[in-house]
Amino acid sequence: MIRIRNVSHKIGPAPILHDISLDIPKGGITALIGPNGAGKSTLLSLIARLAVLREGEIHIDAMKIGEVSDRELARHLAIMAQSTHVSARLRVEELVGFGRYPWHRGRPGPGDRAIVESAIERFGLGPMRHRFLDEISGGQRQRAFVAMAFAQDTDYLLLDEPLNNLDIAGARSLMRLLRQMADEDGKTVVIVLHDINYAARFADRIVAMHEGRIAANGAAREVVTDALLRDVFGTDAEVSLHEGHPVVLV
Amino acid sequence: MARRLIWLALALALACLLYMTVNARGSWSFLLPFRGQKLAALVLVGASLSVATVLFQTITENRILTPSIIGFDQLFIMIQTVLIFMMGSADYAGLSALLLFAVNVGLMSLLGLVLFTLLRRGARGEMMRLVLTGIIFGVFLRSATNFVQRLIDPTEFSVVTTVTYARFNTVDALLLVLTTVVTLPALWAAWRMRSRLDVLGLGDQIALGLGEAPRRGQSIALVLICVLVASATALVGPMAAFFGLIVSALAHVITPTERHAILLPCAALTGAVVLVGGQTLLERVMGLATPISVVVEAVGGALFLFLLLKRRRA
Repeated sequence: MIRIRNVSHKIGPAPILHDISLDIPKGGITALIGPNGAGKSTLLSLIARLAVLREGEIHIDAMKIGEVSDRELARHLAIMAQSTHVSARLRVEELVGFGRYPWHRGRPGPGDRAIVESAIERFGLGPMRHRFLDEISGGQRQRAFVAMAFAQDTDYLLLDEPLNNLDIAGARSLMRLLRQMADEDGKTVVIVLHDINYAARFADRIVAMHEGRIAANGAAREVVTDALLRDVFGTDAEVSLHEGHPVVLV
Repeated sequence: MARRLIWLALALALACLLYMTVNARGSWSFLLPFRGQKLAALVLVGASLSVATVLFQTITENRILTPSIIGFDQLFIMIQTVLIFMMGSADYAGLSALLLFAVNVGLMSLLGLVLFTLLRRGARGEMMRLVLTGIIFGVFLRSATNFVQRLIDPTEFSVVTTVTYARFNTVDALLLVLTTVVTLPALWAAWRMRSRLDVLGLGDQIALGLGEAPRRGQSIALVLICVLVASATALVGPMAAFFGLIVSALAHVITPTERHAILLPCAALTGAVVLVGGQTLLERVMGLATPISVVVEAVGGALFLFLLLKRRRA
């Protein structure tokens, strides 16, 4: 479980998060949604210790952010940052191989190679494993990064707007892969999403944020409502139900 | 790729053999230590500048930068200029080599340390800030040096020009030993962090996600860079500017990989081959007409432009 207690955060003088307390239970997909500037990415960065936590406490299981070593945390928590730009010229299989680094620290054994192989196969990267990252499409690149996170073999996986710049096919296939990781491998996926419909369709829980505070927290049906769109997102789009899933009619 | 390293090692052996034997006239009891010392200096400087450049390019994630950008060469030139200006060339020549080496390495490491502290204090984008600070600092040092050179006596100025060009014609045995003692552990440390460097090259966020705190790794690499560049420069003079660029570009062509387990030895070997081979050509074939650093600057400048233009097209 990820336990967030009384977390506030400022960037410069500007307050971004106000006294946030939130529990993200183990297992399933939790989506963080909210309008631009709501603090979703900041909250995710704090959990992932990409930004320094100054006020409040965050625990991941028994590990306290700020106290646990980076190496130790890397074996329990994988991050896929918003920017997947890598200046090094890497092949797909090399990138996926880096996922094992927290475990072998530079000396991969046969076990590490087997996990990398299974990650490459599972994410359908076999045909392009020898291609360079700058030679494949955006969707394929995102998939390679998720495969790397998968190879890292952590309980928790945090993703910051992984659907950016993906077309509908790429976005859906990525979300299905995450769904699979949550259902079959028992991973806890926390994902920042821009598109409410993707959140409603694929996530088990939705946490809506608004101006640095938690506005709503619960199952998609409870959270995605006309009221949420009006109060949090400031728009009058309607919500309709399709086979039990709320859909925002844009 | 490992095979290419073997070929490089063979090329280095051949270059060393040629350097020792071409035009060898006179007794070997004189030639062997005389040429041997210079050869050792060439190999050492070639390897350490190349490794320092690869380290620098990895932590800045930029293939067209070299450590000289943070002002090591300028500082070296300034130290010599100021010393000659204050003491006169006769006294400068009378300085013990050991003292001069200590002053040079000390001040250059100090510069590195100042920039390094800056890196630790900064919050974000610190690597680029470090580089930019270094550039500005280099310009400042150059202007100050130029100013002192205007004031200096013309005959003294000619001494300044001589000592601020990288030369391998005279290598002090004691300095060579000192440089070796400093350089070899640094090269070993660089080799030890080869896997960490691979991860650091992925960028700060990804490196942190894989449990490799970027600041710490960058700081260690920066200390190694300072040690390597400072001792090499103190031994033979400033030549980090384009030499490292040429060698790292060559190394990336010879072994197209991002793995430092391959890249570091490849760069070290390439650097040694380029220096020893180049010096053999200049010394033995062209009769010592030009210092090697002049050739390196000319070739390096052209290569730098080429890399820039090629990058724009890609």
